[in-house]
Amino acid sequence: METIVFSLLNGVIYGLLLFMLSSGLTLIFSMMGVLNFAHASFYMLGAYFAYTISEASSFWVALIFAPILVGLVGALVEKYGLRTVHVNGHVAELLFTFGLAYLIDEVVKIIWGRNAVDYKVPELLDFPLFELFGAQYPAYRIFTLFVALAMLAGLWFILNRTRAGLIIQAALSHPHMVGHLGHNVPRIFMTVFGVGCALAGLAGVIGGNYLVTDPAMGVQMGPIVFVVVVVGGLGSLMGAFLAAMILGLLQTFAVAIDARFADIFGWLGLDATSELGSITIASLAPMIPFLMLVLVLMIRPRGLLGDREL
Amino acid sequence: MSNIATDTMISLSPSGSQKFMQRTVPLIIFAVILAVIPVFGPSRTMYSLLNAMGVNIVFAMSYNMLLGRAGLLSFGHAVYFGLGGYAAVHAMGAIEAASYGDGGFWAGYPVFFLPFIGFAGGALAGAVIGWPSCRRAGTPFAMISLGVAELISAAGFMFGSIFGGEEGISGDRMNGPEMFGLSLGPINEVYWFIAFWTFIGVLGIYAFTRTPLGKMSEATRDNPERAEFVGYDPQKVRYLVFIFAGGFAGLAGGMSAVNYEIFTPEALSLAPSGMVLLMAYIGGIRYFAGPILGAILLTYMQSMMSDYSEAWLLYLGLLFIVIVMFAPGGLAGIFGGLFRGLRGDNPAASLRQWAVQITGIVLMMISLVTLIEMSVNWSNNYGEVFEPFGMHLPHDGVLTWAVIFIPFVAGVGILRKALKNKEGQA
Amino acid sequence: MSVPALSINNLHKSFGPAHIIRGVTLDIEPGERHAIIGPNGAGKSTLFNLISGGYHPSSGSIKLRGEEIGGMKPFKINRKGLSRSFQVSNIFSNMTVRENVRCGVLYSMGYGYGFWRNVGNLHDVQRKTAEILESVDLLDKAQLPAALLPYADQRTLEIAITIAGGADVIMLDEPTAGMSHSETERAVALIKQATEGKTLLIVEHDMGVVFNMADRISVLVYGEIIATDKPMAIRGNEKVREAYLGDEADAIEGDAA
Repeated sequence: METIVFSLLNGVIYGLLLFMLSSGLTLIFSMMGVLNFAHASFYMLGAYFAYTISEASSFWVALIFAPILVGLVGALVEKYGLRTVHVNGHVAELLFTFGLAYLIDEVVKIIWGRNAVDYKVPELLDFPLFELFGAQYPAYRIFTLFVALAMLAGLWFILNRTRAGLIIQAALSHPHMVGHLGHNVPRIFMTVFGVGCALAGLAGVIGGNYLVTDPAMGVQMGPIVFVVVVVGGLGSLMGAFLAAMILGLLQTFAVAIDARFADIFGWLGLDATSELGSITIASLAPMIPFLMLVLVLMIRPRGLLGDREL
Repeated sequence: MSNIATDTMISLSPSGSQKFMQRTVPLIIFAVILAVIPVFGPSRTMYSLLNAMGVNIVFAMSYNMLLGRAGLLSFGHAVYFGLGGYAAVHAMGAIEAASYGDGGFWAGYPVFFLPFIGFAGGALAGAVIGWPSCRRAGTPFAMISLGVAELISAAGFMFGSIFGGEEGISGDRMNGPEMFGLSLGPINEVYWFIAFWTFIGVLGIYAFTRTPLGKMSEATRDNPERAEFVGYDPQKVRYLVFIFAGGFAGLAGGMSAVNYEIFTPEALSLAPSGMVLLMAYIGGIRYFAGPILGAILLTYMQSMMSDYSEAWLLYLGLLFIVIVMFAPGGLAGIFGGLFRGLRGDNPAASLRQWAVQITGIVLMMISLVTLIEMSVNWSNNYGEVFEPFGMHLPHDGVLTWAVIFIPFVAGVGILRKALKNKEGQA
Repeated sequence: MSVPALSINNLHKSFGPAHIIRGVTLDIEPGERHAIIGPNGAGKSTLFNLISGGYHPSSGSIKLRGEEIGGMKPFKINRKGLSRSFQVSNIFSNMTVRENVRCGVLYSMGYGYGFWRNVGNLHDVQRKTAEILESVDLLDKAQLPAALLPYADQRTLEIAITIAGGADVIMLDEPTAGMSHSETERAVALIKQATEGKTLLIVEHDMGVVFNMADRISVLVYGEIIATDKPMAIRGNEKVREAYLGDEADAIEGDAA
């Protein structure tokens, strides 16, 4: 019971974090067709910017300005890099962002060093919020939950209640139509790319001290973000949300399950001392997203809720 | 009518001497270069660099069978390199066991021919994994290759008996029958092994481009719909190419197994897959020899620059981005353009244009290198300072920022002007 | 009675709520030159895609020489001897003209997915390629990159690839679209010669071409064939005149005059 409640809570929070991270990429991918390899690098930038800003002033300033800064960097990248490559097609764009991820990783290492930085949870939130089954639950995790929900609400409001949001929604499912409506497509692309990166940056601000802020965090998260976007489906934020939650819960539960293959498949005669039998469910957790990715692409190429194939 | 057609057939396909000049001569030159290198008496370091280059040349060429020739962007090609390599390492172990034990098939199998085992391993892996991946090209293919690579490399750390866990699996190449009088002990003998297989690999991949399947892989890349309407199943074309690409990657893995006598699960992961992508693309994916150039350059950078500058990956990333943005033809495309310019109507003008562009690029490089090296030294906080050519360039020196800004502004100015001139001419 | 080369029976195709092909039935005899005409949006391209395997039929049957091909993959249909061209030039633009035609030849000559043969040594393929190029008068441009060909030559190359595989049912989708008058004349002569003895199904807007070439004409309107007959009879058909209001009706009458 204890494990289930904690896993549920942690899974939901991790899922929301994944969604924050991937919602921007879903926007970018659906409208521009760019599967941004560097998206998780912007997430990392968010965490590092937040670390530097909170050292200089406070976490709350960082919470606002780090995502904005990341968004600006993203917009510049789109304007001076991606746009040049756009004419050569999606594969060239994918390659460009692939190189960009290399670049950002290396620059981060030069500026902030190769080891993890001490990006701490703000003191105001550094206390156990409540006690469950004798274990304390940190307040910051619940704060993370609220920020993610606030972002979700904000995104929903913008998309459904504003003019710009309606244009974006139209563009998500029919990217070719935006130009016909008489909008300035390059500027929309730049904005979407910037906003998408800013959302990843926000995830970085929240996730950097929730998890850990080191130069490997981009590489670790990068492929998982792809999984969320592809599994969720092209053009569907709802799908990305669903995929992020499923992934978050699955992974958290897998880590929490204390079982080996032999415990499950013992009836097949699998020995606990054999190599296959001694594999723990927890050790499979990092593989789950990629198993999902491959299966979804093979069985249902449009993803869970996507409106068209990749 | 058939009479005329038979006559014209001769004029249609290239003449014998043309074929010889365009196809055979470059291969002979390649073989001669490989054969002549030991004459210069390379050092041990040089030999190990050359051997690494040989492995990477075949690996990058096999990658380009996918990206360049079939239009398939893979983020997991190292899987086939690694699985082929593991097959070869295990076979090497079997040779060792058999030669000290009761003999059998492996006792008579020369280590020299282990790359065959690598080829078989890579091709088999391609055959198992390929079919579902090859349904569509483009992004779906790229994503599946990424997912598969993550799965296989995770499995690599999980199954210790096959992949040897973190330490990997090592072998000893000096067992079994000797071939061509090579004991494969000293590194210069390993060079002959590598040179032989590099040539075989390049020759094999070249021959593949000349087959009906090789031609249809290009046709499918350019226009899968039309390929379907001339009787070809695009998925099957991609799948077969994928198996061969896996096979040649496995061949490179087999070469690597003999060269290093060890394989670790790292070899299956995303990092080497990314590296081979960079090699092929920087070299030039639309040119047959492009990946060779890329493999040579990147292997050199990897072993030489990583000693010199810890920011070498940053330089690599920059180089890659510049190529993607401004020279999609890669190094081969740049050299090809230069060559065509020199043979064109106005070699002097094109040479001048090149000189101007190179000046601009060099100026910008001076600026960037100074900026990066200065930052690296400053950020390390060891009190070291970037000191090229006797200059002292600390982060707070006026001279440092002068060396960063002045060449940068000058370089940008020159390049913009060169670009304008080019457009003016066109 | 001989088996029809192509036999379509009560064919339907819907895209969601849009019912595009509404029960087409049509028999085409071996060696016949058959044209399909109809106003824009009548479903001509959809019909073409259904026959050649581009789309799955919603219902109904398509038989090639008595064998059901409805819903088969395009490459399977092609191997059975039905080949089609495209309305927009759909060539291998990174290859030379010769290589383009060679791609069309390879499968039919049994070289399939071969990876053990050098194409340079396949003399039968080279001979066939040269023959095809000669028959469409592109021999002198054989070594040019296909992308650099003038428009009319690209259209010709399109036809060359289509006939290269030796299919005996040839479908041409607006082969003269966008050509000048003299180019059209040349193209018509070329098509006639290159498809000698084969079954030809053609969609065309140029009434001159249609009435010049076709043995029989079918008129497709709103997904239904309202008339199939000899050219002379089509001209006099009252229903066809009704369907073709305005310019195109004049065109039909003009040709009749």
